[in-house]
Amino acid sequence: MSDNDGPIIELRGVSKSFGRQHVLDQINLAIETRKNTVIIGRSGTGKSVLLKHIVGLLRPDRGEVYFEGQQIDRLSEAAWVPIRQQISCVFQLNALFDSMTVLENVAFPMTENRRGRLDRDRVRELARRCLEIVGLAGFDPKYPAQLSGGEKKRVAIARAIAIDPPPKVILYDEPTAGLDPQRSDVINKLIRQMQATVDVTGVVVTHDMKTAAEVGDRVLMLYSGHFIADGTPAEVLRAQDPRVRRFAQGTAEPSDISSLLAEQE
Amino acid sequence: MPRRNVMSDPLARLGSGVSSALARFFLNFGRFWVFSGHAIEFIPVELVGLRGWRRLLPQCFYIGTRSVPVIMMTGTFIGMVLIVQGWAQFDAAGLTDRLGAIVVTSLCLELGPVLAGVMLAGRAGGALTAELGTMNVTEQLLALRSMGADPIRHLVTPRFLACLTLAPLLTCYANLMGTLGAFVVYAGVYGGDTEPFWYWITQTVQVWDLGSGLFKSLFFGGAIGLVSCYNGFHCDPGAQGVGQACTQSFVISFILILMLDLFLGLVLNGLYDVWYGFRPLI
Repeated sequence: MSDNDGPIIELRGVSKSFGRQHVLDQINLAIETRKNTVIIGRSGTGKSVLLKHIVGLLRPDRGEVYFEGQQIDRLSEAAWVPIRQQISCVFQLNALFDSMTVLENVAFPMTENRRGRLDRDRVRELARRCLEIVGLAGFDPKYPAQLSGGEKKRVAIARAIAIDPPPKVILYDEPTAGLDPQRSDVINKLIRQMQATVDVTGVVVTHDMKTAAEVGDRVLMLYSGHFIADGTPAEVLRAQDPRVRRFAQGTAEPSDISSLLAEQE
Repeated sequence: MPRRNVMSDPLARLGSGVSSALARFFLNFGRFWVFSGHAIEFIPVELVGLRGWRRLLPQCFYIGTRSVPVIMMTGTFIGMVLIVQGWAQFDAAGLTDRLGAIVVTSLCLELGPVLAGVMLAGRAGGALTAELGTMNVTEQLLALRSMGADPIRHLVTPRFLACLTLAPLLTCYANLMGTLGAFVVYAGVYGGDTEPFWYWITQTVQVWDLGSGLFKSLFFGGAIGLVSCYNGFHCDPGAQGVGQACTQSFVISFILILMLDLFLGLVLNGLYDVWYGFRPLI
């Protein structure tokens, strides 16, 4: 937990470009402790890029990133290690290690590189407890290839919390992408449960409005490198900005329709 | 006077294409050495800790043990075919007794290490690139970094070490099976005398021949490990990207093996001449 009530993560004027493509343009964002912040936006608008800046997998071209008041965007890989022990990631493709069993995957963050150097039995016990939390008790000996999409996602969430002490922040990248509505609902409830039971701050990137409404305490919409909406899920759903409204209702942009019609002609 | 459009000039376009290709080459070359340095830097810590050995031994199994049958088979056939190709010439000169010695010398000096290297590049190098490339495109490398683990230490150093140390062992298998294959054809197909076959081998083949071949294979193994892992780590997204990286890995490894073979051959032959002088084989 953060010692103060200020933002646990802060991005100040963050810009990022890939070649001539400007993905983030002077982004300012303060993420509140113990709240779920959801970032919505169309595919390819830079939501995942933003998330990767928070955990140091990408560095900003301009601007600064802070974690608990400490500037982290210029740290070396070695200096990132203690920060990354407090920020866990659930990747869009789950990123489970194929060659390891479910239990080994979940235990990996504790066995490989953690402070405290827990003994093997304790690590296994903690990993099993994390699997129980996500409702996958008894899945220990299975391999990722033997799991369904929803189960893989739950293992990824179990791995994200499998740190002793638990992480302060979990970053979820498209947690319900590719899942059916029922499994998506399970994952949404699990994200809420993480916030309550592990007392963790959540940052969720999604293009699923249902997920945003269910898990978010605060929702922001990223569009062309800027935030164009910021509020509670209900406020964003009622937004007057046509770009936000169209996204919330799932209607295409006029420019997309016209280009489609032009192609047909 | 109207201005010429520079880009419409074929020479200017060629120049710009060449310069961007050169820039890409030097960028990749620099990256490769930084990557390699990083992998080598972790060798001492990996060898000291128990976890390092836990990562290394399975790689030795996948890269080494599983390559043994294919390398033994290749070595056997090469030994056999060298006897087939050499028999008529040596028979005409009345020197068939010496044929085995010549074949085994060429196996130890050149064919054993080069063949073992090429087979290792094809079998294990391709698999390494495919494995790491898939891990790359499915975000597993990012996941490792996000958990505070260094992907190069966890994935590259053990694979590099396994290739480096096992290439000489695999070369021994290729040499051994090549010699046995040569003997089978020599005695079984052409009915050559068996005693002079082994006698001339012991008189002709020196520890230097075997040692210089194994020394070269160390470099081949190291090059295969680093090139394969580098290509896996830097492949383009998607199945096509992984496939291209695998092909590229094999082609670069193969060319590197031949280049290193030439360079090391020159150096080692030069050293032999300085230390021992000229050695007639026949």
